[in-house]
Amino acid sequence: MSYAVIKGAGYALIHTPDMIIHNGTTQTTERSTNPDSEYLKELKKHIRTYEEALKYPPNQVYIGNMTPNDLSTYEMPWYDKEADIKERFGKLGEIMPQDEFITLMKLVDVFDLVKLENNFMQDVKKKLLDHPLFKEDAEKLKEGETIEEIEKFIQSQHAEAIYNEGKLVGCVKRAHDLDHNLTSHILFENLVVKASGVLAFKHLIDKNNIPIEDIDYVIECSEEACGDMNQRGGGNFAKAIAECSGASNATGSDTRGFCAAPTHALILAASLVKAGTYENVVIVAGGATAKLGMNGKDHVKKGLPILEDVVGAFAILVSKNDGIHPILRTDLVGRHTVGTGSSPQAVITSLVTAPLDKGNLKITDIDKYSVEMQNPDITKPAGAGDVPEANYKMIGALGVKRKELDRKDLLSFVKKHGMVGWAPTQGHIPSGVPYIGFAKEDLTNGELNKVMIVGKGSLFLGRMTNLFDGVSIVIERNNGKVENDSQQVSEEKIKSFIAEAMKDFASHLLKE
Amino acid sequence: MGMFDGKKVIIIGDRDGIPGPAIEECLKATEAEVVFSSTECFV
Repeated sequence: MSYAVIKGAGYALIHTPDMIIHNGTTQTTERSTNPDSEYLKELKKHIRTYEEALKYPPNQVYIGNMTPNDLSTYEMPWYDKEADIKERFGKLGEIMPQDEFITLMKLVDVFDLVKLENNFMQDVKKKLLDHPLFKEDAEKLKEGETIEEIEKFIQSQHAEAIYNEGKLVGCVKRAHDLDHNLTSHILFENLVVKASGVLAFKHLIDKNNIPIEDIDYVIECSEEACGDMNQRGGGNFAKAIAECSGASNATGSDTRGFCAAPTHALILAASLVKAGTYENVVIVAGGATAKLGMNGKDHVKKGLPILEDVVGAFAILVSKNDGIHPILRTDLVGRHTVGTGSSPQAVITSLVTAPLDKGNLKITDIDKYSVEMQNPDITKPAGAGDVPEANYKMIGALGVKRKELDRKDLLSFVKKHGMVGWAPTQGHIPSGVPYIGFAKEDLTNGELNKVMIVGKGSLFLGRMTNLFDGVSIVIERNNGKVENDSQQVSEEKIKSFIAEAMKDFASHLLKE
Repeated sequence: MGMFDGKKVIIIGDRDGIPGPAIEECLKATEAEVVFSSTECFV
């Protein structure tokens, strides 16, 4: 069978200033343990406006209006720089404001758990009627609630409050009065995943002119769990997102693996398509409100804005080989196994050089490595360093050890084969996949031939194992040759070949 | 006597740097006692 291809990608960011304060765990933990803290008092002064989030250069890269290469021309830090493009919509997706997103949560809520104050909802409905992807959905919005009703839900029925511009505008109700897995807090987080996943999915379909009815299967790969008290992570976000995105011929399932899940999902999707099980598989993930402002204390302490102010989402379509789009080399896959070990050398060997060795490739044969593409503007002030750069240095060092690279070329390797990070620290969102939209271009109209996507996940956070995880896959320029498996040689054809050969043989005999 | 001999060690490793078990492995050659080892994810 032919390898599967990357047919398209869609990306979305949602600027969520009030959700930083009310739903980010750094802030909620601080409020419960130290309610009068200086950090909480200072926090609001450090939150960026929507316009500021639009002109933040890494955000414009995420939605495809700038390339990672463009971003590398901006001197760090980036928070005080303005992008040349400050658009809401980009080649790969959009940066949505919070009020529209709150209403999108209402639109994707099929159990009437999201209650919005009527004036707020009617105002935002007008905006969504102008949105290129949600006009029809917005028309379905009817009457909202009074603010008194919403306050009652919060005070007497444990609903989770929703704020916009510091004002109460709605709530998410709990879905059961005793079930700990259907609390309003969990449902809020899950509806954020669903709504942001739908947003990225719709952009994927819109930006790539894909007939939505052609989607056969969806793999959701975020880090949340949906289920009730009898099946905490029962699922399935995938089918729920497919339903709201209009993919009526699709079913799906959820794949989990912390930040490594998107690369696992990519390999799974490519394998399902290569096997002929499905023709078009979408991998999709919504974002996490819990991680908003995760490093906020360090940012505020250093006088920076709260840079973790956006929820991220993405969707990628993996399809059968069309002879055009880049192919997913499912034979060149790296795996950090149970027995791999944890030394940096063992990790990079398992994820990078093991798959290269299978294809007789050198470290320098991969034009670009997409690793954990966390934005260093966020991580460096928080003491976590420049994560992509650290990964590239380790890959380069192994190249030196394998004598595929001269030691003096290590830094130029990092520059040439690496990229600066641009994705928000939303766990799975920066992990390998932010580059796929660009890779599709670079490996078709651009000049690259091979890239590698690497995803790593911190499994130990779930307290079931001390291990972490990682997988990788090579993506390659399509050589245009497509194996057509339906062209089987028929019995008739074989008979005709034999007849032809007999005739030929007979004519030789006659000549003699 | 090595610099770690007789010392009690607390290890906080980094998933994207040197993870805890790798540091633990290095300390096996010394007389240090690892009293706590964990790997953290800073992103």
